[in-house]
Amino acid sequence: MSKRVTIDPVTRIEGHLRVDVEVDGGKVKKAWSSGQMWRGVENILIGRDPRDAWAITQRICGVCTTVHAIASVRAVENALKLEIPVNAQYIRNLIMLAHAIHDHIVHFYHLSALDWVDVVSATKADPAKAASLAQSLSSWSGNSVQEFKKVQDKIKGFVASGQLGIFTNGYWGHPAMKLPPEVNLLAVVHYLQALEVQRYANKIVTVLGSKSPHIQNVAVGGVANPLALDSQSVLTVERLLAVKEWIDKLDDFVKNVYLVDVAAIGAFYADWTTHGRGIVDYLSVPDVPLDGKGTQFAMPGGHIANGDVSTFKAIKTFDDKYFADGVSEAVKHSWYDYSSGNDKSLHPYKGETTPKYTDFQDDGKYSWLKSPSFYGKPMQVGPLANVLTMFAAGHEPTKKYATAALDLVSNIAKTKVGIDALHSTIGRHAARAVRCAVVQDELVKQWDLLLANMGKGDLKTFNKPVFPKGEQMGVGFHEAPRGVLSHWVVIQDGKIKNYQCVVPSTWNAAPRNEKDAPGAYEACLVGNPIADPEKPLEVLRTVHSFDPCIACAIHVIDEEHTEIVKVKAA
Amino acid sequence: MKVVVLGVGNTLLTDEAIGVRAVEALQQRYRLPPEVNVIDGGTAGMELLESLEDLDQLVIVDCVRVGQPPATVIRRIDDEVPAFFRTKISPHQIGISDVLAALTLRERFPQRLALIGIQPKDLDTGIELTPEVAATIPEVLALVVEELARVGVKVVEKA
Repeated sequence: MSKRVTIDPVTRIEGHLRVDVEVDGGKVKKAWSSGQMWRGVENILIGRDPRDAWAITQRICGVCTTVHAIASVRAVENALKLEIPVNAQYIRNLIMLAHAIHDHIVHFYHLSALDWVDVVSATKADPAKAASLAQSLSSWSGNSVQEFKKVQDKIKGFVASGQLGIFTNGYWGHPAMKLPPEVNLLAVVHYLQALEVQRYANKIVTVLGSKSPHIQNVAVGGVANPLALDSQSVLTVERLLAVKEWIDKLDDFVKNVYLVDVAAIGAFYADWTTHGRGIVDYLSVPDVPLDGKGTQFAMPGGHIANGDVSTFKAIKTFDDKYFADGVSEAVKHSWYDYSSGNDKSLHPYKGETTPKYTDFQDDGKYSWLKSPSFYGKPMQVGPLANVLTMFAAGHEPTKKYATAALDLVSNIAKTKVGIDALHSTIGRHAARAVRCAVVQDELVKQWDLLLANMGKGDLKTFNKPVFPKGEQMGVGFHEAPRGVLSHWVVIQDGKIKNYQCVVPSTWNAAPRNEKDAPGAYEACLVGNPIADPEKPLEVLRTVHSFDPCIACAIHVIDEEHTEIVKVKAA
Repeated sequence: MKVVVLGVGNTLLTDEAIGVRAVEALQQRYRLPPEVNVIDGGTAGMELLESLEDLDQLVIVDCVRVGQPPATVIRRIDDEVPAFFRTKISPHQIGISDVLAALTLRERFPQRLALIGIQPKDLDTGIELTPEVAATIPEVLALVVEELARVGVKVVEKA
């Protein structure tokens, strides 16, 4: 007998996502992913000055502020064929990379680790054994017995007083929780340390972006940071030296804690390398431009078909036609109406955002998210797509950290684990950690490049945009922490005529497309085990592994409801 | 003395923006002493952690749904506030409630805490407040000023 399980909303994510699964014989047979909020932000932009779009779009979402700002200015610059000073690229790159590190650390420790880590079990660990395990895995200074004991006492206090606070929604004691108490304690210690460390990434964004959480320094044509070697009130060498200190602190944590923890936890959940495969067509874009035009990039990107890295096709420049021509969005199963009919997808330049709400219809319309395709096929985007495409492109740092992580997993699990294991729920976490280490190295390099260029006397950060009469179209893409983000703008006589954002979570959380092909969450959930339909932890594991962010972020606090999440098993 | 007045909300969803617009108005209309830091938090979460550590007082201004008529202004103090944020079913899960919980875990929770909440009228896509909710700003600011006075911070209206 099959059972329908509805999780509404999925918790510990940004935005409102509903997931339905049909469970039969302890396994998911069919899944639906439904965005429950309408995001009509594109309509706000029509008729506005293209130079203001970035400041408006960065308000779409609380988690992804900087990424929308970057994609937006790139789209307008692309439409104007406007080259920007190389210093502006370096400063934007530093902000993007620091933001990505922040996002990856917070996602792993604070938004998804508790799907795998049992906090209550950590109170039963032997702190000395846990510390000695941690020390055998890495040289991190926060792995002392005293530290482990201190954290355990603190957690015991919270558990005893019923004040679990941030941990309240956990599925403690669930049969799918498999870590020994010592590994749980290790993860909880690092969870708390991650709260400290994430602040350094945020400080970098704040200093370079002039403000946080919403950066203020981005402009169409470059950045608004005046550079100087000595003057006050601008970005000086002295302030950049402070940035370097924070970069170094992040480096230690990312490589000696985050990467190691993911490998250790992954090794205990080896069965999860066989769940959550789903869509293995991957899309990623190149990022960290090294020249003003966006023709050379430090991190490559492209397309991989059928999970086969030998099919890799590169996306090469900001003007890449292969990317720009390949993207389209369908609304056959989404609560929108296209004026040309709903059985064909539309290119984002022609995109329409006209709502048409029906009820939740399993075979009809059931989501506020559109369904994007790349040359007609749904894609998986995100760190896994990014790591696989960089690996396929022969990117040395990616090969180095991917190999190191897989070797560590193999050592702990005492069985050879290869790159194929990455096409999975736990593999997405591993890929994110590998990407974070790659991003960390790139952050150091971009800092060096900026300082070296300033040292040559080049302090230019802005090229003034000029808006000609007539119509221009442009796309700005960015490999954001959750994957490919693209903004598409049509400008008419200096005003925005059309604007569409195709965001990473739209790719991954999409409903079925115009050919009824499921989106990435839907495909990846099929086959997942479900031990207890009343507590569908396994569904959360797979959905959370994508780092969902249903970018619409309504923020009303509601005193009338006390229920945190509704799980309906029928 | 370290005090933060934090306005939160999504500025693209009409009255959701009230927290942000109110703290902007606070800065425009009042002369604030240096120990008061006004933050436009937007819909951010963990990014705010550092600015909110070890405060003598935190005043949060936010849009709330409390079953009252639109443009009703409410105040919650100290222990009522975290409980308020914990029981919400907001789609914005990783916002203020997690930051407050993280402050507790790190033992850096504010000494005093106040929430000034405003019931919205409209949450559709749009970047202007409804006139009814916009009209609550003087009342909201008066409450913020009262809360600041509670910890001995005096602010003066600009001439």
